[in-house]
Amino acid sequence: MIANFGYGVLFITFLVTLYSVFAAIYGDRRQVPALVESARRAMLLTWPLLTLTAGVLIYLLVNNHYEVQFVYEVTSRSMPTYLKITAWWGGQAGSLLFWSWLMSAFASLVTLRKWDRDREFLPWVIVVACITMAFFIGMNVFFENPFAQLYQTFDGVNAYTLKPADGILFTPQDGRGLNPLLRHPGMVIHPPMLYLGFVSFVIPYAFAIAALITGRTDDRWIRLTRRWTLWAWLFLSFGLVLGGRWAYDVLGWGGYWGWDPVEIAAFMPWLTGTAFLHSVMIQEKRGMLKHWNMLLVILTYDLVIFGTFLTRSGVLSSVHAFAQSAIGPLFFAFIGFTLITSVALIFYRWSSLKSETEMTSLLSREALFLLNNLLFMSILVVCFWGVIFPLISELFTGQKVTVGPPFYERATSPLFATLMMLMGVAPLSAWGHSTVKTLGRAIWKPILVALVVTAVLFATYTQKIGALIGFFLVALVILVTLYEYWRGAYARQRSQGENILSAFWNLTGRNRRRYGGYIIHISMMLMAIGILGIEIFQVETQGTVEQGESLSVSNYELRYKEIAQWDDLPSGVNYRRAVLEVYQDGEYLGQIAPRIDYYYDSQQNMTIPGQRSTLKDDLYVLLVDWEPATAAGATFKVFVNPLVNWLWLGSFLFLAGVIIAAWPEKEAERVAVKAKARVQQQTSAAD
Amino acid sequence: MSNNHLRITNYGLLLAILTAFIFALSPQALALAQGPTPTDDEVNRIAKQLYCPVCESTPLDVCPTEACRQWRELIRTMLAEGKSEAEIKQYFVEHYGARVLAEPPNRLVTYLVPAVVILLGAFMLFRGFQMWLKPSITEADVKKSAKREAKPVQDPYIAKLEEELKNRK
Repeated sequence: MIANFGYGVLFITFLVTLYSVFAAIYGDRRQVPALVESARRAMLLTWPLLTLTAGVLIYLLVNNHYEVQFVYEVTSRSMPTYLKITAWWGGQAGSLLFWSWLMSAFASLVTLRKWDRDREFLPWVIVVACITMAFFIGMNVFFENPFAQLYQTFDGVNAYTLKPADGILFTPQDGRGLNPLLRHPGMVIHPPMLYLGFVSFVIPYAFAIAALITGRTDDRWIRLTRRWTLWAWLFLSFGLVLGGRWAYDVLGWGGYWGWDPVEIAAFMPWLTGTAFLHSVMIQEKRGMLKHWNMLLVILTYDLVIFGTFLTRSGVLSSVHAFAQSAIGPLFFAFIGFTLITSVALIFYRWSSLKSETEMTSLLSREALFLLNNLLFMSILVVCFWGVIFPLISELFTGQKVTVGPPFYERATSPLFATLMMLMGVAPLSAWGHSTVKTLGRAIWKPILVALVVTAVLFATYTQKIGALIGFFLVALVILVTLYEYWRGAYARQRSQGENILSAFWNLTGRNRRRYGGYIIHISMMLMAIGILGIEIFQVETQGTVEQGESLSVSNYELRYKEIAQWDDLPSGVNYRRAVLEVYQDGEYLGQIAPRIDYYYDSQQNMTIPGQRSTLKDDLYVLLVDWEPATAAGATFKVFVNPLVNWLWLGSFLFLAGVIIAAWPEKEAERVAVKAKARVQQQTSAAD
Repeated sequence: MSNNHLRITNYGLLLAILTAFIFALSPQALALAQGPTPTDDEVNRIAKQLYCPVCESTPLDVCPTEACRQWRELIRTMLAEGKSEAEIKQYFVEHYGARVLAEPPNRLVTYLVPAVVILLGAFMLFRGFQMWLKPSITEADVKKSAKREAKPVQDPYIAKLEEELKNRK
């Protein structure tokens, strides 16, 4: 009964989004503001409606309503309540609903803003947001109903939206339980973050389309969505990092990123989004690249849908794609429809998107930003090709192939290196015009210091050429960025008589986006240190040892002390936990305890690594195998992951950087208002 | 701990790195390592390069399933029989298809397509630069430059104000 109620509300929400689309279009074309207002209110209604739907689903999940297929598939009696709630996005139907719910929240937020200056955008923002929502809600309503119930009929037990004539409701005793991989705290927040990033990129896209349709193609839409884009980017980036951390802690292969198609699916909109964040600055400062920015935001939107499609359609099976279903062709059609319509709109407005100024120098900031865009797009090309190549191969030659990490690493590492080089040079070049001479004068000092750093690393740490190039670039970018910071603060200190610390603080406050951006650059470099460390210097070994025996790897020695096995019946988990003593160069450091958790309900093993983390390296130990019956010792796999901690450290700094960049600038707002008031005074005086 | 012990571990480490290095350089070099029972590390070195035929996107060396454990044992047996790395890989390709390899067998196509697309993009950007740097003089340009010249005549205060307004949030 309550499940049917949930489905009913969902269906009504679907109708409301459709109404909103038609009312907005009709209201705009026929100049009926009341209809547009009605569309706006209809869109505002979607959030409470979807919240109610989600509330019903959570009620069913928490209260063990196993007659509902979705509840049966993702929960079990032994799961704690918080996991039952988060199981909402642990399966296909639920996560589509979750997508729509977040989307409706963002759509509502955007509708609540002041629209006085941008009335003409409103109907079209509503249209884009509601078409997107209608698509996702439609998926739930017609194909992936989270409220479908199990009925016993002559054909056996199947899920039905409506009670079949001869059906009797079937309630299993217990559910199958959430995939143990998804029970980790990282998995509890990683999908929401990623989805937040996904849906919030819909907003800039909606404004871009509104600008194209209304013909108001100046940079207003970019200014309006600038902060949205930054938040969207923050969520997406953090979603990616959390996913990496989850993989590191749970998947038990000693790494955080496996170039899995689903990881790449989330990475691709990040690439276009990052390119977009950079290239909009050119449009704001120089009035150039208007077509390109439109194209980037359209690509980002469609890659977001594509990303959801890859995870949800089962087209590419991978560790993430726990779903197989028939919704693939529809996703494909929707992507095609939005892409073709959007690009057609760009062509329609082609002439009004002409640049206002010309490029004057190949070394100017805008030229380097363009190079940056080229590099991001190149990485996108590599990723996209890697993801679709297996499909193409299977389609045309019938041969199934895997495109794994070696391809991506080989193809993207020169691109990433060039990108870092650019990150080192670009902050020093000027808008409009730069020459080799001006650039050279600014950069020689940081280059020199970076070379010294590299030489020291060569003498003390590594002789690997790839690593040295990487560390040189990291040093260069950090030095250039700090140098830029210091120059600004020093100038302020002299001109304003501030002490250096408050000069730093005020400098950042004066231009949050720029200095927030610099902090983000530095954070990326810290992450790069972690990536270089694990990619180039990772060492591993595996061996079977008896109690009291040791395994050696790098300068570590691990002595296998003991192992225990016990049941945790309330949670339905069997634990096998080994304890090893860690010695480094003979010195005792402490204990490390890798585990294997066996989940009775889903009959799956989880390999939880024992970790010992320092800034220098991570010791990462997996219990691979142990059979209590044979007593033949236990098998361990040991990784030494140098520098990987810098990756996580960098992500915290990154968070700070984005928050600084995205923080509302009150001061600028006031200045603008004052200036406006002054103009009004002037014009009234002139009258 | 004695200094001696330290030195031995260091030598061991050096040796391990050197061996790893040699193996990385020549795939055939594995034949050198044939002992009575190949170690887990020797098995993993090959398993790492293969993908689990059952669970897609999982390298064979870390796949926890029973089937994969058996495949790893198979690699061990084949190593003990004196098979080379290439032979073992070939065996897996023959039995389970090309998708057990980390990369498609036809490398040329795999790398050529993205490379061509990227070069095409770079070329277009380069042409774009050329066009921007040497703009052909058209009517619109004349108008534009006229507009640009007209700007400095404006009152500097108004110009500044315009700028501020343009930068409003």
